[in-house]
Amino acid sequence: MLKNSSSHYGLVSVVLHWLVALTVFGLFGVGFWMVDLSYYSEWYRTAPYWHKSVGILLAIAMLLRLLWRFLSPPPTALASHKSWEKRTSAVVQFCLYLGIFMLVLSGYLISTEDGRPIAVFTWFEVPALGALFANQADIAGLVHEYVAYSLIALAVLHGLAALKHHFIDKDNTLKRMFGRKP
Amino acid sequence: MKKLLLAASMAAMMAVPAAQAADYVIDTQGAHAFVQFKISHLGYSWLYGRFNTFSGDFSYDADKLEASKIQLTIDTNSVDSNHAERDKHLRSGDFLNVSKHPKATFVSTKIVPKAGDTFDLHGNLTLNGVTKEVVIAAEKLGEGTDPWGGYRAGFAGTTTLTLKDFAINTDLGPASATVQLDLTVEGIRK
Repeated sequence: MLKNSSSHYGLVSVVLHWLVALTVFGLFGVGFWMVDLSYYSEWYRTAPYWHKSVGILLAIAMLLRLLWRFLSPPPTALASHKSWEKRTSAVVQFCLYLGIFMLVLSGYLISTEDGRPIAVFTWFEVPALGALFANQADIAGLVHEYVAYSLIALAVLHGLAALKHHFIDKDNTLKRMFGRKP
Repeated sequence: MKKLLLAASMAAMMAVPAAQAADYVIDTQGAHAFVQFKISHLGYSWLYGRFNTFSGDFSYDADKLEASKIQLTIDTNSVDSNHAERDKHLRSGDFLNVSKHPKATFVSTKIVPKAGDTFDLHGNLTLNGVTKEVVIAAEKLGEGTDPWGGYRAGFAGTTTLTLKDFAINTDLGPASATVQLDLTVEGIRK
């Protein structure tokens, strides 16, 4: 039920997958919107605070996901999947993981250059390492921006591929991601 | 007799070597010079910041103050308000636009001596690509030999800039339309 089997996703993987998907798009939307807020917007302080808090929680969820992959490996691809589909999806999924971790890291580097920790709501703080290289906040800011756009593009591709399996190939790829047994 | 006295005193004056205009380099090496600013935060308090990297020199003649000159070049990328995210924002196109305008400069054009050690320092300030004449209310703080065999002279000055004048259009609120620039320079005679 909780664990993955060779043919289906367990509840842990399903919940983590959709939680991360929702969070990534939510963070992207908030990030895209908050960078242009005016100084007198009531969200000027709240939005970045939430963005950072949720970003750190996302990092924790992603670490759990990675750990879970080793504890309970995902099911094998459907037999109907072509080999180029398997290869492509593996590369895209690897890049999605990589992109999220790069976003977390670059976001962390923007906020902590001056040695201030990152508050995760009022629950705890992630300590800062200070300035690790010159122009850290600016360089990390650019990386954060470009990786965010790239990640969203990849995630859309990933979603379109799932829809292609569902509507065109009419296989169980998407249903499996909701925990459906084959 | 009178004429003789006059001639003698004139001769005496000529004989005294006139205090010479001397060139000074601003002591950024030892960080005895500061380019700081303060701007109102919401009208409730002051926010202080500074530029960490700049260079400049001046020529100064105590007897002919109006012939003195100063030029200063500021690396706008070095803006420091003790907050990484705010500094990133200050460097961006919303404020200093440092990728496009990495340098701000001040070149004096005229000095008008005032009472005591104070004077008005007129000059062209180029900031965010906009050049405008500004007047810095300045004061000589002191001069003399230093303990290490050099000779130093120090000045402080302040001026108020309107952000919009320098094409900085981000609205920080009515109390924050202007920023006060404070300069303290200590020069070492070349």
